[in-house]
Amino acid sequence: MKARVTVMPKAGVLDPEGKAIGRALAGLGFQGVDEVRAGKVFELDLAETDPAKARAVAEEMARKLLANTVIESFRVEVG
Amino acid sequence: MKAAIIVFPGTNRERDMALALHRATGRRPLMLWHAEAALPRGLDLAVLAGGFSYGDYLRCGAMAAHSPIMRAVREFAARGGHVLGVCNGFQILCEAGMLPGALLRNASLRFLSMDCHMRVERSDTAFTRRFPPGAVFRATMAHGDGNYFADTATLDRLEGEGLVALRYVTPAGEATPEANRNGAARNIAGIYSENLRVMGLMPHPENQVDPEIDGTDGLPLFQSLADSLVAA
Repeated sequence: MKARVTVMPKAGVLDPEGKAIGRALAGLGFQGVDEVRAGKVFELDLAETDPAKARAVAEEMARKLLANTVIESFRVEVG
Repeated sequence: MKAAIIVFPGTNRERDMALALHRATGRRPLMLWHAEAALPRGLDLAVLAGGFSYGDYLRCGAMAAHSPIMRAVREFAARGGHVLGVCNGFQILCEAGMLPGALLRNASLRFLSMDCHMRVERSDTAFTRRFPPGAVFRATMAHGDGNYFADTATLDRLEGEGLVALRYVTPAGEATPEANRNGAARNIAGIYSENLRVMGLMPHPENQVDPEIDGTDGLPLFQSLADSLVAA
């Protein structure tokens, strides 16, 4: 079963990378970009076949390693 | 004092750290590879040196924080052992949950390689007793991710409990925005654990331990440890 973990900087945590990308987009002539937040996506191929269990294990992986919950939030999608 | 430096793949400041410890204590520290599962008996100080452990994969310090030896370092600290983390070592201590907060990308997005000045916020710990109260000393910073972050409640607790070790200041000792090159919360350059026995800081005091090579500004930190832990 596939699981996808999306890790993003928490609201209120400075994201200088996102800010720099936003400025670069403006430099390319893209108008109206209010904010850019840059994060990471992890695609996991899990042996687990039960969606609820796959989600639970992916969430545990995110809490323990994939995200630093001091500064990042995460979202898990399975299937 | 019996000291050991933990060496991860990508650690690159362990030799400078060893020189600083040797100079202050008269004893060469042990070098321990990350795959070791235990620390030697009778150890007084474990040091996490600077570098780019595991290529900074995932987040700076994240992979090292979960390596076999860090379990032993965590247990050592829980038993009251002293731990010093410099630069990547500070990042590892935060990722391992041994110190609160996290080190974000520098606010400027630039890697900073330059000298800075730090104010010693208290000179009564095992790491700082050789510094006069309120001392300001020069050290070199060399990092891309040194922007200390913690939530407001954690920052207030650190300040309230006297756990801020060092702040970025002007040479005259003022904590101004200009002196805070990486954008760290409240100019924080280094912090302590609750029992004051784990210290993490971003700049490199081990760079300044030789009068013939850029002076000895950083030496008191290592001499403090030598004084404090000689009888331990």
